[in-house]
Amino acid sequence: MTRKEIGGVVLAVAVFGLLACLPLLKDSSYLLSLSVEIAMYTVLATSWALFSGPTHYISLATAAFYGLGAYVVAAGINVVPYPILVGIAGIGGAVLAALVGLATLRLSGVYFVIFTLGLAELIRQTVTWVQNNFTGSRGLYVLTDITQNIIFWQLLALAALVFLVGWLVARSRLGFALRIIGNDELVAAHSGINSAAAKLILFVISGVFAAVVGAVVAPRFTYIEPAIAFTPELSFQVVIMALLGGVHRLWGPVVGVIPFTALWELIAARFPTQTVLLLGIAFLLIVYFIPNGVVGRIESVINRLGARGGSRRG
Amino acid sequence: MAEGTVLELQAVSKRFGGLLAVDRLSFAVRENEVMGLIGPNGSGKTTVMNLISGALAPTAGDIFLGDRLISGRPPRDIARAGVARTFQLVRILPSLTVLENAMAGAVFGHKRLWGREVRNYAARQLERVGMGHAVNLRTAALTYIDEKRVELARALASDPKVLLLDEWLAGLNPTELQTGIGLIKSLRDEGRTIVLVEHVMDAIRSLCDRCVVVNSGVKIAEGTPKDALSDKEVIRAYLGDQDA
Repeated sequence: MTRKEIGGVVLAVAVFGLLACLPLLKDSSYLLSLSVEIAMYTVLATSWALFSGPTHYISLATAAFYGLGAYVVAAGINVVPYPILVGIAGIGGAVLAALVGLATLRLSGVYFVIFTLGLAELIRQTVTWVQNNFTGSRGLYVLTDITQNIIFWQLLALAALVFLVGWLVARSRLGFALRIIGNDELVAAHSGINSAAAKLILFVISGVFAAVVGAVVAPRFTYIEPAIAFTPELSFQVVIMALLGGVHRLWGPVVGVIPFTALWELIAARFPTQTVLLLGIAFLLIVYFIPNGVVGRIESVINRLGARGGSRRG
Repeated sequence: MAEGTVLELQAVSKRFGGLLAVDRLSFAVRENEVMGLIGPNGSGKTTVMNLISGALAPTAGDIFLGDRLISGRPPRDIARAGVARTFQLVRILPSLTVLENAMAGAVFGHKRLWGREVRNYAARQLERVGMGHAVNLRTAALTYIDEKRVELARALASDPKVLLLDEWLAGLNPTELQTGIGLIKSLRDEGRTIVLVEHVMDAIRSLCDRCVVVNSGVKIAEGTPKDALSDKEVIRAYLGDQDA
């Protein structure tokens, strides 16, 4: 490891250590609830960007995986110990992602987007149909003694894990292959890269994270129904947050998650019906003004300043 | 198969709907040989390159790399077996550095290096093509010939058994052309086995040991550049009946 990398690791450990102390503060319940949201979206947006950042495949399937994870916990909480359910959710996410990936990763951009959006809807309608016809109730109760603090710590651990995985992938042949695929899939193929396999692995990783997040936050809902668990809004939020921050750096999405989640909470509290409007406006602004995200913007400004400084010296 | 044959096409055909782009084409490339593939526009040269590299699968016929049947395999398998190519319209990886562009050829294919090894190795390939000074540059800063050199370095980085150059010299100005011919000549002197598609006749005369002339997908001549280019059929294909 280089000195810079060691510095990064020390900084990351310190930040995560400090954040882990958050629940110990007095009167922190509002702050904690906001932090749970931020931690959740950090894991979702960062893991989404692991796949979509380098490949430029926009996936709107986050809600499908997330909802799957939440439903695994809701359906099994009275029968199976909670930690095992989280594991099952992860495996379920992996299997679903692998199936979807095998079927769709050969599709080009737009078709992939539409398919992933449709997938979440398909699962939502299927679950609704099953519940209406066979279980006799539309939703499920998730009654546990898992507190908000525990959920927060779990999400924080997941966030640390997603950063670790992202860092390891970026250093690996797999990460290099994905960057080549994102640049030019034809060159990738002629360089000996199995692009379908590389994309599939990353899609599965992001699917597992989303499903586990769904399982971890399920106890927070108390009552789960398909419209909540599989809400397409979640998929769009994740995309917008990641794009706002920037997807070409591992720490890019979190830069978008923090302000967007805070803004979302604010608007949801004051104007509960206007949240979709916020999504739309944010999306337009990002696409027009910061297509490479805040991080990309900052980097290009630094580069420009650096170039100017350099030419002045020269 | 003859001794020393690296690449062999046996009665290879490619049909696009009603168009027979390549018609029972056969030829063999020997080790350390530079083979020119020439013919008028639209005669199917690039299609042949795409068939060898796996971008297209032949409709009929077999392609062998050494003893291995490579026709019908996906491009990644053919690349791993030892075929590298450049593209008619240069294909650079824009968001990667020059060094990373060259590395791309040496990690997943015929050559599989990683870490410090691949960096050193790729830097040597860039030096080899005269881009040693540009290792850490962004690709946006490159001129056209430099982009072509980087692409060539990427192909060389896989240490291929056969190198396919699809009009590598096209679009260069006269000075660059001389540099380019010199560069390919030096690869030839190293003992590389090369198949090149080219329109620049000077380049064909000075670079190729043998060439195959195709017209409308059919082989009409094969031999040394001198013999092949003076063949009546070839002159007719290029210039029409009056000049033959």
